[in-house]
Amino acid sequence: MSKFKKKKDGGVPAVNTAALPDIVFMLLFFFMVATVMRQNTLMIENNLPFADQVEKLDKKDLVMYIYAGKPSQNYKQFGTEAKIQLNDKFADVNEIAAFISAERASKREELVPFLTTALKVDKDANMGLIGDIKQELRKVNALKINYTTKKGSVFGRD
Amino acid sequence: MAKRASPEVNAGSMADIAFLLLIFFLVTTTIETDSGINRKLPPMEESDEDVIIKQKNIFTVLLNGKDQLLVEDEIMELKDLRQAAKEFLDNGGDGSCDYCAGTKDPASSDNPDKAIISLKNERETTYKTYIAVQNELVAAYSELRDKRAQSLYGKPFKEMEANYNDVNWPGNKEKLKEQIEQIKLDYPQKLSEVQ
Repeated sequence: MSKFKKKKDGGVPAVNTAALPDIVFMLLFFFMVATVMRQNTLMIENNLPFADQVEKLDKKDLVMYIYAGKPSQNYKQFGTEAKIQLNDKFADVNEIAAFISAERASKREELVPFLTTALKVDKDANMGLIGDIKQELRKVNALKINYTTKKGSVFGRD
Repeated sequence: MAKRASPEVNAGSMADIAFLLLIFFLVTTTIETDSGINRKLPPMEESDEDVIIKQKNIFTVLLNGKDQLLVEDEIMELKDLRQAAKEFLDNGGDGSCDYCAGTKDPASSDNPDKAIISLKNERETTYKTYIAVQNELVAAYSELRDKRAQSLYGKPFKEMEANYNDVNWPGNKEKLKEQIEQIKLDYPQKLSEVQ
């Protein structure tokens, strides 16, 4: 009865992994597309506070970022007080005006009124610094600001 | 010359290469936070004339350096702030506000148009407390607006704004804009910060 010859008993057949690269590539492309390269290297701790009444910042190219917080581990020599970071370096409060005008100059003229300043401030920074920043922003007439926060309830955190 | 068949390239290690790249992107990806509380700063030029506002129309919120909250000269917990602000805004003491659901207490605000919330903080206040207070005050306004929109147009204010910003929304945008403006007029956000 050779027609129903029993197949060679070779144990469990090997799983075909030919489609594995396809799956991995799919994931790869997802992450490549979703990745946003950081514009600035942060030199400060930037643990944002929580809030739930948030609005989304659209038009990413029309946002100017001001970071503040205390210097991170690698930059301990700059002290433990919260500092402002503009672009890639620490800055003083009076450098904000120059920063804003440089940002404005880099945008098309008709878009300048739509520029928003996003304040990415560490949750443990004190309000004195923020007040100074706001005062500087008022001086240069950059009035639209956004306190960048994480989304979540404000209660039960510390 | 003998024709040689090109040998097949071994693609077995392609998966390894792809994995390597995948892990690189996995590690470097940071999901950027791009949402927050929008505010508008007051312009610099000060008008000389002082606007006279009745004391009862001002809701004072004080934050001290130890992150304690003083609302209308009384110590308050953060969790009660939203309700207190809502009661103040929705009071409607002079009777001109027919949609206000408040207690019509004559010692509190006249109407939502006149009611002003004044927020003062000290230099030592931490940022997270400040944000929490801002958040609660904004929440008080948006809850009142939601309620008003629900009674006028049958949908919450947030949904109306979302529809307005949605390009694919099929309805009449002109009309929606008018409705949004109306709600904003009914409960204007008057939040002043003392320097």
